[in-house]
Amino acid sequence: MTEAQEPSQKRWAHLRKILERPGPFCHPEFEPSPEIMDFIVTSCKILVVGAGGLGCELLKDLALMGFKQIHVIDMDTIDLSNLNRQFLFRQKDIGQSKAKVAAEFINRRIPGCQVTPHFCKIQDYDEGFYRSFHIIVCGLDSIVARRWINGMIMSLLCYEDGVLDNSTIIPLVDGGTEGFKGNARVIVPGNSACVECTLDLYPPQVTYPLCTIANTPRLPEHCIEYVKVVMWPKENPFNAALDGDDTQHVGWIYEKSLERAAQFNITGVTYRLVQGVVKNIIPAVASTNAVIAGVCATEVFKIATSCCLPLNNYMVFNDVDGIYTYTYTAERKDNCVVCSQVPQTLLIPDATKMKLKDLIQTLCEDETYQMKNPGLTTTVGGKNKTLYISTIKSIEERTRDNLNKSLVELGLKDGSEIMVADATTPMTLVFCLKFQSSDVEMN
Amino acid sequence: MSSPAPKSPEQSEKSKKYDRQLRLWGDHGQKVLENAKICLINATALGTEILKSLALPGIGSFTIVDGEKITDEDIGTNFFIESDSIGASRAQVTTQNLLELNPDVRGDYIDETVDHVLAHSQDFFDTFSVVIATSLPEKVLMPLSRHLWEKNVPLIVCRSVGFLGYIRCQIKEHTIIEAHPDNENADLRLDNPWPALQEHLEKFDIPKLDNKERSHVPAVIILYYYLNQFKAEHGHLPKTRAEKEEIKRKIIESPHPDEHGIKHLEENFKEAIRYINTCVNPVKIPSNVQAILNDDSCINLHQTSSSFWVLCAALKEFVESENSLPLKGSLPDMAADTNSYVALQQLYQKQAQNQSEIIYRRALEIARTLGLSQESITETEAKLFCKYASQLNVIRGSCIADEYQKTGLDFTSYLEDPDSLLFHYITLRGLERFISEFNSYPGQLDDHVEPDLLKLKSIIGKLLAEWGCSQIIRDERVHEVCRYGGAELHSISAILGGCAAQEAIKLITSQYKPLNNTFIYDGITSTSASFTL
Ligand SMILES: [Zn+2]
Repeated sequence: MTEAQEPSQKRWAHLRKILERPGPFCHPEFEPSPEIMDFIVTSCKILVVGAGGLGCELLKDLALMGFKQIHVIDMDTIDLSNLNRQFLFRQKDIGQSKAKVAAEFINRRIPGCQVTPHFCKIQDYDEGFYRSFHIIVCGLDSIVARRWINGMIMSLLCYEDGVLDNSTIIPLVDGGTEGFKGNARVIVPGNSACVECTLDLYPPQVTYPLCTIANTPRLPEHCIEYVKVVMWPKENPFNAALDGDDTQHVGWIYEKSLERAAQFNITGVTYRLVQGVVKNIIPAVASTNAVIAGVCATEVFKIATSCCLPLNNYMVFNDVDGIYTYTYTAERKDNCVVCSQVPQTLLIPDATKMKLKDLIQTLCEDETYQMKNPGLTTTVGGKNKTLYISTIKSIEERTRDNLNKSLVELGLKDGSEIMVADATTPMTLVFCLKFQSSDVEMN
Repeated sequence: MSSPAPKSPEQSEKSKKYDRQLRLWGDHGQKVLENAKICLINATALGTEILKSLALPGIGSFTIVDGEKITDEDIGTNFFIESDSIGASRAQVTTQNLLELNPDVRGDYIDETVDHVLAHSQDFFDTFSVVIATSLPEKVLMPLSRHLWEKNVPLIVCRSVGFLGYIRCQIKEHTIIEAHPDNENADLRLDNPWPALQEHLEKFDIPKLDNKERSHVPAVIILYYYLNQFKAEHGHLPKTRAEKEEIKRKIIESPHPDEHGIKHLEENFKEAIRYINTCVNPVKIPSNVQAILNDDSCINLHQTSSSFWVLCAALKEFVESENSLPLKGSLPDMAADTNSYVALQQLYQKQAQNQSEIIYRRALEIARTLGLSQESITETEAKLFCKYASQLNVIRGSCIADEYQKTGLDFTSYLEDPDSLLFHYITLRGLERFISEFNSYPGQLDDHVEPDLLKLKSIIGKLLAEWGCSQIIRDERVHEVCRYGGAELHSISAILGGCAAQEAIKLITSQYKPLNNTFIYDGITSTSASFTL
């Protein structure tokens, strides 16, 4: 062991200078000592969520900032189009688990580093797993997954008599990139703005109205979208759901889109555009991922060592025109659905007219909720009642008729509580209904 | 199965692998990148991080110049060095590991110091597309910068120390056709439509349209009708806010009332209102483009003029005769029925095509008179040039050696801003001077931090006096740099590496606007700043 320890002391000489020397810009409570490096190397446990463009970079950065107890979780397998930036993967690895190949590469290159891969969905693990980490860092391209992790970390907070138990806080460092733009943020649960506090930062996805794509297409995208949304389900050419990674499927969409475009004298349908629309492809390049992961890893290092104050709390990056960064404090939302302790109320303008499907639509479309597939239950007369759940087939069929019933018909009253489950959160959210007009009771 | 379906094109392996970046710089950008030759001087962690983000997207080749042998510290910071290679050539080991990233990239190395290469074969550096240097001592930086400046080879100099980072781009002249700005205004020419457009626009008598026809007519046509009406009444196009409001009111009043007497404004009419502010102003030649057309390189062409300047000369003649830039030719999507939109779109495309052909033909003539080869200008380039004529960019940088030898650096404008990060530049310049004088980083050894602080302070004081700058650098700033003791933090090098690599890609592809010319990153506050020095 002494042989192995000797070079590792020298290996971290650079990090030791930062951690063992006092400095004028250190965290006010920072006390330089060799123990900090020991903590990083031996016990600090980090979870990296995502082993894609950001994830590969994060694993390398963290391993070379001295961290050894690293876990990585990703359900994806390696695709040829990953190789222009996900530098831990090679041609021969295509089809294999990203988490496993990435972990093996890091462990091979950096002796002593113990990256543990998890080739599964983030939803496959419960709070026991997430609670075991000191810091969680996210490099995801999915907003839903990011919101779920955020919800998980917030659900781990314990309050006693309204006072937050600081030992239940797991800091979250989150990065995102799109082309030459990126952002990095630090979330200290219960103390700074969480993902849900700032949902308005994610612009809604571009969608084309059905009447445009069906009747008055003007852009090549309109033609492609029509083939994807209308023709595919109708003709069902391969007796399968559309798979953007299946070249036969994309080929069919391409050919039909060309035909449709020709019919309308529209030019500009290319195979690349078809792929982009079908798979909702976001452009990505190695450099931006390197920058954002570097910023995130620096923040993880600051939080783990207290060597300086962490980013407070949001940074944006853009190198389309020169190199631009901007750092600011995103504000907490007083009544955040996930991180505030404020009970949520849903205002119901007219409970006799508002149908259950309208309520669900509100939960999906309102900027503060942006849910994906909310499942609703309530209690009526002390008994649990399922209002609607779309994700379980048998229940969906049984509750489908409720969609067209008004809230009053369903037995809901002013002050009734509904419990909402959704893909965007591991928690069940409780909403109190507040009927705006009291006509119902009076009639 | 009515007609034989068109066949999907075969996707090459390369276009699949590079798909996500081809959406940013296109096949033409990728082609240039694949022919680029990069030289990296010193394969530090920062150096290899830069090459990593260049090898992955597929540059043609790289050459590493580095005479160092691998140390323990290299293993702790540099991902492209294995732990069992202590004492081996850093150039060799990093070259091998970087090559593994992408089989499309070629790479070799020279296991010699840059001073040695510069002393023995100065022209070695002349054939590279970009030269990138990290941790370069001032005494080598001076002649290298001077030499590459004269040879017109772009140089990117970087340093990563503690939480601080620095990138300096040296480019003599860089021209950009495709700047890819985030927002751009539509080019509609409603103030001065060409005859074919005018004839088309004037076919529509908006108040006479029934509800169905109204819903089909594109915003451009609606707006033109009311502009024309305004012009007939006032003798000029609307200029003031109030005048534009008048048009807006007319559009709002235009719908036929429904059975309750209520007027519903259709989506396309709302769009017409949105276009009033951005697209009614007369099309002028932007001042940045006018400056390019008046540039000496545009007026006095010679045998070594680039295609960019030949196209500029052709554009200049076009602008002088037409008094406007060539039409962009793209029509934004607007609510309308397919036929009305496509008819209008084709008018815009056709006119743009005609104009770009005029400019292309003229550019070929100019090239011929200059004795340039006919292949030097392609029709594709001419088309792009005309499409993006309003965004043309020329960047003329400065030589680093000049900057270092200048005595009167004027920082006043930057230092007035309390948030300015320029003090980092000053401490980093002091750091470089320190390294030249003492052959080590300040604070390299634990017990040197304090004595070195005093030395570095006095060096910075001298530099400021040389520049005639009365600014004082706070002791804490100097202390912080000394406490780093030359430590390189991998995560900071990763940030700087990504930034520097992208600047190199911009210089190679001539797409997107590069840094001009100094970038400072402060990892303590996660802030950055750029300066033109
Ligand atoms: Zn929140």
